[in-house]
Amino acid sequence: MWLIARKSLRQHALSTAVTVLSLALGSALVMAVFTLEEQSVQAFTGGPVGFDAVLGARGSQLQLVLNTVFHLETSPGNIPWSLYQEMKNDKRRVALAVPYAVGDNYRGYRIVGTTTEMFTEFEYRKGRKFELYEKGRVFDQSRRESVIGCNVARNTGLRVGSTFNAYHGVEYAEREKHPEEFVVVGILLPTNSPSDNVVWIPIEGIFRMQGHQLMGTGEVYKPEEGVEIPEPHKEVSAVMLKFRNPQDGFLLAQTINKQGKVATLAFPIAQVMADFFNKMGWIQKILRLVAVLVVVVAAASILASIYNTMNERRREFAILRALGARRATVSGVIVLEAGTIAFLGSLLGFLFYGVILSGAAFIVRRQTGVVVDIWAFHPSLWWTPLGVTLIGALAGLIPAFKAYSTDVATHLAPAT
Amino acid sequence: MALLVLENVVKSFRSPDGDRHTVLDIPGFSLKAGEQVALAGSSGSGKTTLLNVIAGILRPDSGKVIIDGTEVSALTESRRDRFRANNLGYVFQSFQLLQGHSALENVLLGMAFGGGADRRVAEELLRRLGMGERLHHLPRQLSIGQQQRVAVARALAHKPRLVLADEPTGNLDHANAGTAMELLCEACVAQGASLLVVSHDPQVLARFRRRVELSHLNHAGVAGVGR
Repeated sequence: MWLIARKSLRQHALSTAVTVLSLALGSALVMAVFTLEEQSVQAFTGGPVGFDAVLGARGSQLQLVLNTVFHLETSPGNIPWSLYQEMKNDKRRVALAVPYAVGDNYRGYRIVGTTTEMFTEFEYRKGRKFELYEKGRVFDQSRRESVIGCNVARNTGLRVGSTFNAYHGVEYAEREKHPEEFVVVGILLPTNSPSDNVVWIPIEGIFRMQGHQLMGTGEVYKPEEGVEIPEPHKEVSAVMLKFRNPQDGFLLAQTINKQGKVATLAFPIAQVMADFFNKMGWIQKILRLVAVLVVVVAAASILASIYNTMNERRREFAILRALGARRATVSGVIVLEAGTIAFLGSLLGFLFYGVILSGAAFIVRRQTGVVVDIWAFHPSLWWTPLGVTLIGALAGLIPAFKAYSTDVATHLAPAT
Repeated sequence: MALLVLENVVKSFRSPDGDRHTVLDIPGFSLKAGEQVALAGSSGSGKTTLLNVIAGILRPDSGKVIIDGTEVSALTESRRDRFRANNLGYVFQSFQLLQGHSALENVLLGMAFGGGADRRVAEELLRRLGMGERLHHLPRQLSIGQQQRVAVARALAHKPRLVLADEPTGNLDHANAGTAMELLCEACVAQGASLLVVSHDPQVLARFRRRVELSHLNHAGVAGVGR
């Protein structure tokens, strides 16, 4: 059977190749959709975040998390400096409180104004603090200095000693250039986290950028060169929090979110992201449906390509029958051909899958710094090839029935 | 002892207008083991239908087809297929070689449905038939005479008890027809197989000591439909 099937596939090499390619694409899409779905959920809910909660302006917890943890989206607004102080001084419950001031970028990379605690106290993964390349150091909070993530350094060419200007807003626009010049004093070693895409500067640097206004008291305050900014005027975009006990987070969330009116506490961060993915479940379902439909269409193309050859092959089947092949044997040849096409498609699908996943992982990492593990195993990596092969073989049943019902005597008659 | 026995074999077909036309009505016929017989008949006399009935490709409406003691006509289709694969060789008019397969593969396929493909045996048989240099050639790369040899090799490779040949020289010129028949007859003798050839070619018929006029054998009054 295999000899006959193999010969036929070779004889119809072009249609076989096209069908194998379409099945490979379908198979790859199904595997990629399922794997990427799981990988993105894992990366965005279980990745190296380092903080337990984000305190920010009243509004969406998701927006707060996206803006401060993943450096996406815009900030929902500012909160008074006093809230940061309150958290910082709550030593009983809060292990670490780090202020963030955002709203500027350098060539599309987010600039975050913060304190040196980010480099001395913060652990982005348990036991792992930010580390700098040998030549670098942490910025001085009173100078226009900067520490940049490794992706920023690689993609912008900034090195220790380089200077740059910030641009207002989260999207890069030449006309939004701030006049203040910052000097790079350190480059972070890779963390495989969103921090790799960040330009860190002293929070004072954000406060004092030309055009920035502080409204901590409700009134506009413009910082002046050489004059200390009174604390009541200061504002922060968010305060990143690490609790001593998770229970404290729940209590604080209850207090701030349910009873307060000024701020929002996004807690726990992983849960906020998990809720987001749950809400986006319908998109995932559509993607799955599209991927499965591609497989179905590809399987239909198996049916069409084999069915179209049936008329020319009826004589071949009649000869085989006359030589003693049973009906089941000739129809089995067709199912074997269809299954082989599908199996080859599944195998090639792994190659396409690798390309799709590598591309997606590259884009996700470039955009967010989040690392998608392209080698991670997902059950779809075994059930997709199996399912595709099975569906392909099933698609061969209709032409197989045609082969089964071939009338031997009629088709053995010499062509006239 | 008779290898092939036909008893009251009747086969009819329904025509497009709905009437049944009897193509075969053979009260009796037999063929001894090792015997070579030519059945003579004009076009449409039911020659091919008779071979198909004997081969078990078609089932008679009534009567018995007995080969080597087995009532083939009483077997189920799949058993007839198995019986044909093991016991019969078939040389078709225009040879009916599988176009995508080499000479050797055509012979191997002929063996595969019977006792099993044996590459060594297939190669040896093709060499004996003068095809040693053409084992891996496709049918379209072979001359008509060479295709004939492959068809004979395919029919004999699994050592059948009975070889059926349907107008085996129909596509050959005078010289090649003689050679082909000689080849077929000699190969059957060498293998110890009986041979039943149907033809309307006088040159072919002249080679056989026992010749049977199908019109004497077949009592069907109406001309067949060429099946």
